[in-house]
Amino acid sequence: MSNSTAHINALENEAIYIFREVAAQFEKPVLLFSGGKDSITLVRLAQKAFWPAKIPFPLMHIDTGHNFPETIEFRDRLVEELGLELIVRNVQDSIDQGKVKEESGKYSSRNALQTTTLLDAIEEFKFDACIGGARRDEEKARAKERIFSVRDDFGQWDERNQRPELFDMLNGQIELGQNVRVFPISNWTELDVWSYIEKEKIEIPSIYFAHKRKVFLRDGLIWSHSDYVFQEEDEEVLERMVRFRTVGDMSCTAAVFSEAADIESVVQEIRDSTISERGARIDDKRSEAAMEKRKQQGYF
Amino acid sequence: MEVLKIATAGSVDDGKSTLIGRLLYDTKSLTSDKLEAIEKTSKKNGYDYLDFSLATDGLVAEREQGITIDVAHIYFSTATKSYIIADTPGHVEYTRNMVTGASTSQAAIILIDARKGVIEQTNRHFFINNLLRIKEVVVAINKMDLVDFSEDRYNEIKADFEELMAKRDYQDQKITFIPVSALKGDNVVHKSENTPWYKGETLLEHLEELDLAAVSNAGTPRFPVQYVIRPKTEEFHDFRGFAGKVYGGELSVGDEVVALPSQTRSKIKEIYFYDKKYQTASRRSSVTITLEDEINISRGDMLVKANDLPTIEKQFTATVSWMDTDNMVPGKKYVVQHGVNKVLAKVDTIHHKINPDYSGIDDTVQSLGMNDIAQVTFKLNKSIFYDKFKEHRTNGSFILIDTQTNSTVGAGFIG
Repeated sequence: MSNSTAHINALENEAIYIFREVAAQFEKPVLLFSGGKDSITLVRLAQKAFWPAKIPFPLMHIDTGHNFPETIEFRDRLVEELGLELIVRNVQDSIDQGKVKEESGKYSSRNALQTTTLLDAIEEFKFDACIGGARRDEEKARAKERIFSVRDDFGQWDERNQRPELFDMLNGQIELGQNVRVFPISNWTELDVWSYIEKEKIEIPSIYFAHKRKVFLRDGLIWSHSDYVFQEEDEEVLERMVRFRTVGDMSCTAAVFSEAADIESVVQEIRDSTISERGARIDDKRSEAAMEKRKQQGYF
Repeated sequence: MEVLKIATAGSVDDGKSTLIGRLLYDTKSLTSDKLEAIEKTSKKNGYDYLDFSLATDGLVAEREQGITIDVAHIYFSTATKSYIIADTPGHVEYTRNMVTGASTSQAAIILIDARKGVIEQTNRHFFINNLLRIKEVVVAINKMDLVDFSEDRYNEIKADFEELMAKRDYQDQKITFIPVSALKGDNVVHKSENTPWYKGETLLEHLEELDLAAVSNAGTPRFPVQYVIRPKTEEFHDFRGFAGKVYGGELSVGDEVVALPSQTRSKIKEIYFYDKKYQTASRRSSVTITLEDEINISRGDMLVKANDLPTIEKQFTATVSWMDTDNMVPGKKYVVQHGVNKVLAKVDTIHHKINPDYSGIDDTVQSLGMNDIAQVTFKLNKSIFYDKFKEHRTNGSFILIDTQTNSTVGAGFIG
């Protein structure tokens, strides 16, 4: 598996082009920022697209309240260093307003609840373009996603009626009330993102590197031992060297056993891996069509 | 190493998804969890083989009906190349999806079912790849296992296809025939023992050896301005950078350029990529250019070399591929998006429809429906700066946007 500079450069040029189209075609864009590696990569690409000017749109984090503390610390530091505007909207508020109900039981997670909070925030700020770090290689439903993906005012994705995208031309014309989800790194693979982080020396949260953590095992996945994660009494707490390959919130992200403590060893580990990235996403394990269902309802 | 984008074309049941699944499987690009899911579902559906099409068909309706509905993008890489395959559906809305997939590809694979041979659909697949001027086309004659790996059958199909080739407009297109069985894996990644008479490369071997510089279309440099960067900070108080992507050829510091449509001359002062200055901007790089003189340039304008101007006109004639359920009719207005430039256009004349199966033209048409291809003249409210599609793939193409629905309703190739 090779990921030479020429290949990464081509993807980088494409992403910068997309960012500039967003800034030119929309009035109120926002970059959806989770603190994960893909959204951190987006921030770097946006910096490159507009330098020496500042990134001309804010970041927004839809916070489940169940995040890894390392991610939140990292988020706040990055925003401060780059002088960016950060908007945070909380899933807890949507729960308190009675709009969504906390899930209960063994597999409860606030991941799916984010959709309501996101759609409310889009309405509140009248965002017309939401930039996200989704990649087509991640998951089968995402493989069908456009770079400019139009959503109606319920945030719904009509997967059978998408606009054709030809050559480099991106059509961002929408009606009032519609918005567009934009995916500048659509054509990147997981390995591309990691290679780019290595090449650009981009700082990422420490949980992506091997560290000692209290975990427990369930359904062949490694779960974090935490107040936010339901744990049966017979599920024994172990202390192991692990790292996270993908980071959502604590209730939907499983760890992998790893000794990879720096970026070079992480890249090597991804190259050698025989498991897909989303294999460690508890939210995707719910059913074969889990992602497609969430996307139709307005998920990222 | 760069990225090779490949469009696939085949009729329903020609085994397109299976071929892609086979490529992924034999290059060990399928991860164990995905493979497990395929094994599980194949078993559940009662198959005695692994259904590799499950690796690509992403939507619930597709899996239920065993068909592909929308263009899917599949990624894999080898030691020499990164591949992106556009898997396009083979039934209704076919032309629309095929044109879309081919527009971003440098190579194409056309599948033929060895039992059925060259059928009407094959003509269409070839026509579109030729219209889009795809340089490298592989004709994969699939399901060879079902015709006993017969050399005679292979040669028969090849001869039929060569008849088609004589009719094509773009003669420089390179065509390679490969006998395969996607289901069994013959000549996809591994050389088959069942076709000792075939001395050529396997599909993957062939793709691995394609020279990317040679398969991508070059032309003269065109720089459509996407966005003007004005930081208005103390440090960069007077900075006015023109951000965009370079198409066709290179641009260098010192180059004498003309800004269109104003036709004002200047010289390239600096070329930035992020915070670093470069002497030259290569093809397809997203750079920021500053000029020696302060001239008024905004989004949609274009910088070109002073000795190499495109055609600047308020009308043009193009081959249009119509993609909407509402018909195109003469007199109707659409937005023409030509690169990043948008102008209002009126359909002046629909000259004739071109039958995409090489059966000639139809000059009695009054309007265009979904999947129609036709020769159309447009009148514009402002001049655009274009090249002919056969001379410049980027600056010779455009999309049509419906002014009411905002949908992308067609694509065009200026001829």
